[in-house]
Amino acid sequence: MLGYILRRLLATLPVMLIVAVFVFLMLRLTPGDPAAVIAGDNANSEQVAAIRNSLGLDQPIFTQFFIWFGNILRGDFGESYFFKKTVAELITSRLEPTLALSLATIVIAVAVAVPLGVLAAYRQGTLIDKIVMGFSVLGFSVPVFVIGYSLIYLFAIKLNWLPVQGYQRIGDGFGGFLQRLILPSVTLSVIYIALIARMTRTSVLDVMGEDYIRTARAKGQVEVKVLFKHALKNAAVPIVTVIGLGVALLIGGVVVTESVFTIPGLGRLTVDAVLARDYPTIQAVILLFSFVYVLINLLVDLAYTLFDPRIRY
Amino acid sequence: MGWPVTAPVLDVQGLTVRLPAGADRVHAVENVSFAVAPGEIVCVVGESGSGKSVTAHAVMGLLPPGQLTATAGRVLLEGDDLLRKSPTEMRRIRGDRISMIFQEPMTALNPVMKVGDQIAEVLDIHTRLSERERRARVLDVMTSVHLPEPERLIDVYPHQLSGGQRQRIMIAAALVLDPVLLIADEPTTALDVTTQAQILKLIKELRARRNTGVLFITHDFGVVAEVAHRVVVMQHGRVVEQGRTEDVLRRPRDDYTRMLIRAVPSLSPPPRAPAAAAPIVLQTTDLSKTYLARGFFAKRREVKAVKDVNLQVRRGETLGVVGESGSGKSTVARCIARLIEPTGGAILIEGADVARLGARALRPHRKRVQIVFQDPYRSLNPRRTVGAAITEGPMNFGMAESEAATRARNLMRLVGLDPDALARFPHQFSGGQRQRICIARALAMEPELLVADEPVSALDVSVQAQVLELIDDVRKRFNLAVLFITHDLRVAAQVCDRIAVMHKGEVVEEGTTAAVFAAPKHAYTRALFDSAPGRHFEFGKFEV
Amino acid sequence: MSVEPALLAGEPAARPPKPGLPGRLARDGGIIFGALIILFMIVIGITAPWLGTKNPSEINPSFRNRVPGIEQTIRNDDGTARTFTYRMGTDSLGRDIYSRVIYGARVSLIIGITVAVISIAIGLFIGLIAGYLRWVDAVVMRLMDGLMAIPAILLAIALVSLFRAGVMSVIVAIIVPEVPRVVRLVRSIVLSVREEPYVEAAICAGTPTHLLLFRHVLPNTIPALIVQGTFICANAILLEAILSFLGIGIPPETPTWGNIMAEGRGLFRIYPHNIFFPGICLALTVLAVNVLGDGLRDKLDPKLARRV
Repeated sequence: MLGYILRRLLATLPVMLIVAVFVFLMLRLTPGDPAAVIAGDNANSEQVAAIRNSLGLDQPIFTQFFIWFGNILRGDFGESYFFKKTVAELITSRLEPTLALSLATIVIAVAVAVPLGVLAAYRQGTLIDKIVMGFSVLGFSVPVFVIGYSLIYLFAIKLNWLPVQGYQRIGDGFGGFLQRLILPSVTLSVIYIALIARMTRTSVLDVMGEDYIRTARAKGQVEVKVLFKHALKNAAVPIVTVIGLGVALLIGGVVVTESVFTIPGLGRLTVDAVLARDYPTIQAVILLFSFVYVLINLLVDLAYTLFDPRIRY
Repeated sequence: MGWPVTAPVLDVQGLTVRLPAGADRVHAVENVSFAVAPGEIVCVVGESGSGKSVTAHAVMGLLPPGQLTATAGRVLLEGDDLLRKSPTEMRRIRGDRISMIFQEPMTALNPVMKVGDQIAEVLDIHTRLSERERRARVLDVMTSVHLPEPERLIDVYPHQLSGGQRQRIMIAAALVLDPVLLIADEPTTALDVTTQAQILKLIKELRARRNTGVLFITHDFGVVAEVAHRVVVMQHGRVVEQGRTEDVLRRPRDDYTRMLIRAVPSLSPPPRAPAAAAPIVLQTTDLSKTYLARGFFAKRREVKAVKDVNLQVRRGETLGVVGESGSGKSTVARCIARLIEPTGGAILIEGADVARLGARALRPHRKRVQIVFQDPYRSLNPRRTVGAAITEGPMNFGMAESEAATRARNLMRLVGLDPDALARFPHQFSGGQRQRICIARALAMEPELLVADEPVSALDVSVQAQVLELIDDVRKRFNLAVLFITHDLRVAAQVCDRIAVMHKGEVVEEGTTAAVFAAPKHAYTRALFDSAPGRHFEFGKFEV
Repeated sequence: MSVEPALLAGEPAARPPKPGLPGRLARDGGIIFGALIILFMIVIGITAPWLGTKNPSEINPSFRNRVPGIEQTIRNDDGTARTFTYRMGTDSLGRDIYSRVIYGARVSLIIGITVAVISIAIGLFIGLIAGYLRWVDAVVMRLMDGLMAIPAILLAIALVSLFRAGVMSVIVAIIVPEVPRVVRLVRSIVLSVREEPYVEAAICAGTPTHLLLFRHVLPNTIPALIVQGTFICANAILLEAILSFLGIGIPPETPTWGNIMAEGRGLFRIYPHNIFFPGICLALTVLAVNVLGDGLRDKLDPKLARRV
């Protein structure tokens, strides 16, 4: 098992390396002087020269890549000439809101989606099933920011129950933190719920057609236990998989949701960096998010063993 | 054993099950009546679509709701009509008074639940035993189905067991509460013949020891001859004949029954003319195929699927390769057809070694070897017409379309199909017809060697006989060399001049069919022959 | 519960002819609903100039931030006056929101359809080759894994940041993250189809590889690709709106639903309709495409339901 984890960790290295190459090439392949591009529009010539030097831009492209990649491995993502800070500092200061938002969203999504999906599968073809599936398609179709503004309009402006926008650090009072987290995390969880509920339903339905379900019925087992004792555990692997893959949607949603609710997290930082063409920051954020995404899916793979004894590492 | 003198455990009277609207007939099962006495094994036998499985599920109350409904008749379990029971009452009966085992022991067990728990589940549902008592009962029943080391196996998962062991677990779960009736729905069809023999023996033994009535669904008359006290023959949802096994098998009154029994291939090979002088078409020397299971950073594992196989087929001769699943017989066939590349040895087709040729060099040799596969439903591209399938090969080698079409028409006639059907799509044909089309497609290439990989295993017994006859007929007509892969000794006995028995990737015995059947030398071959169900019974020799 | 095939299967001698595929599709409620809404949006996009609109980019500083339904008397060039009704009000630059919403349908549909068609074409090409040539497969799939490790929206955001803002760069930025998904889908179909006995029979019949792909493999990918195409289309429309909404997509003067909403963010508390009207159109269009996709999937490719 431990050996397997190690092997899988090693196997993610090529993927991360390819991501790094993409991110690196992204900038080098744009026309113009990369140093000038990185420094941004309002940099002076000294700054540009400093960048050129630090990136080794007079060196062959392979050397440049290794200099850049070596810096990143040491946690040096360069300097943001727009925010006037190192990128590493910038990211650290923006970490908490994004983490809080993501975790709250995952908790809400899984807690709501899995029961809904099981219910829809169990009552396949009934009104409940149609409502759940209808909600799911709708969740895929309505953009995050439309959901966000609708919720703000209803709960903050019309009903005045919750604050409109903003974020409060957890250190500045848990109540305010939670209050401001509710709307954004509910907003963000909609598409995630749609995804997970749908996969739960499909995968439970799949399993319900299996022979061992018939065996359980032949033993005289009651339907509820057939569902929970036999079906759900067998259906778990695809559900867990989709939770992992859905993190990509979640990350995309974070970018939008933080903009809608003016939350000073990594998503907001991404948009600001793009608007300012602050390339060192864009590169760092993409690498970071991709790394987290790959890591989560690795954990999901490892979690399979909890559900299926046939999978042994 | 005679007609039941005691009251029957199961008495089915006039059972009728309706099919959903739009099916090809109104009733899945119509006016079916039969009885099962305590300790008696009643076989319901029929081809696919005969309604035998629906009958079993109807007794069990497991018909898919909303799709199949019992509309008439009575199903009396010890005098109690099951069709009048509420779902809750039926649930209490299932697993307790009636239980059921299924065809696929691989899929019928929950893969994520320990096998002991799956047996204990029955006790959990129907009894109030303590944890300790439950475990003791489970161990007890596991011992009675002859599972080795029950103490260890009780805590393993299904995938850690062999197919036969899994079916024993299923039987243990079915019998743990001593039901009065056991329904066995083709319980040995998915098993190898040697495992099948053991499971059949177990079922016979258990019903004798526990006096359980057994309703045994099968399509195999060999199995019928082996286990049944009485036989119910079904066709198109109706019972066409029933009676004592001896009576039905030796003195069948119904034409359909006679046809079915006559279609069972005999285990004694008919006399065949030796083809010793004919030129050799196929020769393999030390043919080997080793699979390397290799992952990224993972340990390497070698699987020797085929080891040093030497075969020889002459023009006009059929060589049977016989073996159980995993014996490597299909791998041999696929190497010879060069669908896969062997890892060692030579494959000489008329003297030319094709074992290591690349795709381009192989092309001229392609037409010499043609293959017919097992599954007639997947052997033809569903999106292309039958005509396109047959003409594809010749046109690949430069034949004009009109000439290829003429050849296709001739071949359709040859395999007994209407040449005008060339414009139709595969789904408009039955399984047997599709297999004929596949033979026509192979013949269109004018091959020297025909590889038939279990060509009749997916077919009903009546269709099977016709397809076998066709293969033997084209062999004679075109003086073909045929490599016939099969797991079925009866089939092998009928169509092969010589047979090679494969076991664990190796050929353990080879000889003329007559010689091998008369005096098998290798221990495995003997075990194989001893396992053939109904081997003491000569089918189709009717008494008047 | 599904039909247990073992119970119902017989030897189907000659099945009764099935109704033609178009007939079966036309009987599905979801497909009809989706297709009708999409058709409606296409008609709106094409006939935009004749639907009581005015120039959607025309700025009107004296008539900013007006509520829906307000009227304005406009003096024509020849001196006559006419009344123009701002059905959905005006934005903070005095532009007619109704006209912008109607014209916005054009951009969304063009982007959705273009992205779907190009992604499928590229993905199909790469996927077929990767599925059939082992050495290409190893290289290409590692590259695709790398691309797929970057969350789609982030990749698109990063790509638009490299180009000048415009419809073309947005299209490219959305295509790049979609392609690996199509490649994977095509490749998985190729890998399973090439194990089919009828493909092996064709190999034995000496069918050359390119014909094998064209005759036996390619047709099997089409149902899945049609379904996948609709989902890509829906995704692309959403993604364009998101990029524009974030202010990094199509230049703000171009009327797109995302741009209208981006523009309306500032005064959202007072004039929520600036977001709701385009939002409803956007959601309805994407919903229609998704529902159409679901319907097509159930009819054409039931197995796809299990893929993510």
